[in-house]
Amino acid sequence: MAREPVPDADVCIVGAGPAGAIVAARLAEAGHEVVVLDAGPRFDLDDRTEQLDAHLRPGVEGLWGMGGPRDAYTSSGPKGYPLNAARVKGVGGSTLHWQGMVMRLHERDFEMESRHGVGADWPIDYADLRSHYAAAERELGVAGADDNPFAPPREEPHPLPAFPPSHSDAIFAEACESLGLPTHSVPNARNSEPYDDASACVGYGTCKPVCPSGAKYTAERHVARAEAAGARVIDRAPVQRLDHSGERVDAAVYATPDGTEHRQEARAVVLACGGVENVRLLLLSASDDHPDGLANSSGAVGRYFMDHCFAGAGGRIDRQTRQNHVGFNTTESHALYDGEDPLPGVKLEFLNYAGPSPVIEALNGDDWGDSLLADLRESYGTHLAVGALVEQFPRAENRITLDHSTTDDHGNPVPDVRWSVGPETRAAIERVNEVQRAILTELDADIDWVVGPDATGPAFHHMGTTRMGTDPTESVVDPDCRAHDCDNLWIAGSSVFPTGGAMNPTLTIAALSCRLADRLDGWL
Amino acid sequence: MELSRRDALVALAAAGVAGAAGATLLDDDTSDSISDDACAVLVAVAETVYPTEAEGVASFVETYAEGRLDDADRREGVVEAAADLDATARDWRDAPFADLDRQTRDQLLRDLGIDTADPAPDGTVSNRIRFYLVNELLYAFYASPTGGRLVGIENPAGYPGGTESYQRAQMEDSDG
Repeated sequence: MAREPVPDADVCIVGAGPAGAIVAARLAEAGHEVVVLDAGPRFDLDDRTEQLDAHLRPGVEGLWGMGGPRDAYTSSGPKGYPLNAARVKGVGGSTLHWQGMVMRLHERDFEMESRHGVGADWPIDYADLRSHYAAAERELGVAGADDNPFAPPREEPHPLPAFPPSHSDAIFAEACESLGLPTHSVPNARNSEPYDDASACVGYGTCKPVCPSGAKYTAERHVARAEAAGARVIDRAPVQRLDHSGERVDAAVYATPDGTEHRQEARAVVLACGGVENVRLLLLSASDDHPDGLANSSGAVGRYFMDHCFAGAGGRIDRQTRQNHVGFNTTESHALYDGEDPLPGVKLEFLNYAGPSPVIEALNGDDWGDSLLADLRESYGTHLAVGALVEQFPRAENRITLDHSTTDDHGNPVPDVRWSVGPETRAAIERVNEVQRAILTELDADIDWVVGPDATGPAFHHMGTTRMGTDPTESVVDPDCRAHDCDNLWIAGSSVFPTGGAMNPTLTIAALSCRLADRLDGWL
Repeated sequence: MELSRRDALVALAAAGVAGAAGATLLDDDTSDSISDDACAVLVAVAETVYPTEAEGVASFVETYAEGRLDDADRREGVVEAAADLDATARDWRDAPFADLDRQTRDQLLRDLGIDTADPAPDGTVSNRIRFYLVNELLYAFYASPTGGRLVGIENPAGYPGGTESYQRAQMEDSDG
């Protein structure tokens, strides 16, 4: 394939995940000359079943290829961060392995400083983003229902009907009703009916990390749209730095597998390679004019790294719970989200995949025959689990920097992730655990695990590291997602979130990309 | 529980074999088939690692192998692992693996450490027997409704069984 730069490009987009691919599709369809560079490969759709094998069968390699010198990183913070489990490099980005949960942020999420004196206000509010949320739901083919009493106002139905609740949802609903916790459906970026030339979900049950049917949205759909509209998408083309003069980015310098470097010049550059690599690229592009990294006069590039923290509890009850038929959830509760006990946002998730999956247990077991079957019957059938995402407030000390002592396969310093869980989030997790225990106790469950503040881990949502704001001394991009310090540099993705709420971020990423594409189209 | 040819075709569909339910398995072109000896070892391993209530194992395995092993690398791995296991049986038990009774096969596999071996396609003999024979057969069984139903799940992970079963309070009849 052609790996040379595109002459006279209007826009160069770095990263072919959802943030970049949506911008690429929209701008290419608007008639602009677009080139997209991605560090990772294209994954053949025909290989998805073999990737399913790689997920289910121990000993089979070849899921998404993360790890190795290309993806080297360090993690120096108080809490280790498993970065390469948290991302995929390639055409489609992390939507290749994501779960596909797509909720709008609530109105409070944009105003946490004003309302509660914590975090930072966004320079835009829910009303500014509302129409773009609707556009994003159409872009991703969201299956959902208007049954969530806690969700912000919306103007039209979801594009697809919601997936019906599971058998275990009905079990949880009884307990939650007793406890005054209303439950409701989950918006999924997963086809409940055929949509966008992709099939309806057929229930492989392996959404995360791979959907063989194509029913789960991946950004490959928008890459295909961009290419159909004339965009050039170059895979295995890691960008090494952004060449710039004064306040203008001149070119993205990228490497190709044959070892050569190329310069992709463009009128505008959009960074869309995630909350870690966006930072690394800006820092790698330091110059005499931008000694602390490109677009970093505020010193905020890399700071305020946030994720969502998991809290959960699970156990067994004395009836069938019918788990692990599908790999997605169908019921949540946002009842704790907007209140002050706890103040950090909390989203309760009722899992449809609690307990072991029999096939995975069989393939990893140390027995067979009748005794294996007996073990599987004992271990399957009565598990329940309730999880939660818990908000982290932005903290300057949680940050992405360059580790100059370690280099990647091109000799560049690798990213260092410094992450910790703050006291308010720890307290919120403890409060959530109380609620989770209460739900399970209401069901007379034998609780056999709890993930609390010490055991919590990240949900793999990288936010906050190139925050949006109106003050160039405190933020990296303006409300249009354009860098304060560079006239033609734009940043897409969750790195621009000033706060992250507790909602999975991809719908907001998509909404901001729709908005960014509109703004950039006008600017061009 | 009687395993049927249909069960094998369903297992193949779960394993992503294109046209599993169509003509490709029904024609007489056996150029990609494994030898009768290798197939006999596969059947014998299946009779050992499947629960005793599974009946009709031979036709299930033969049909599954015919469809699943169209991949040359996988076929070669299975044939080599089967030959290694058979040679070990002849060496240690003075008989082909397929001629041993179930209890002796079971013990031979354990003596080889297959029960605790990591499945690895490029590993030791034990690693490869675990990967190409034991796990391949367990995958065929438990990633399809055939084995799933015995455990209580008619739509196990890896099987595209639709989006109805997760909503049901109990397992639907296999004919339903």
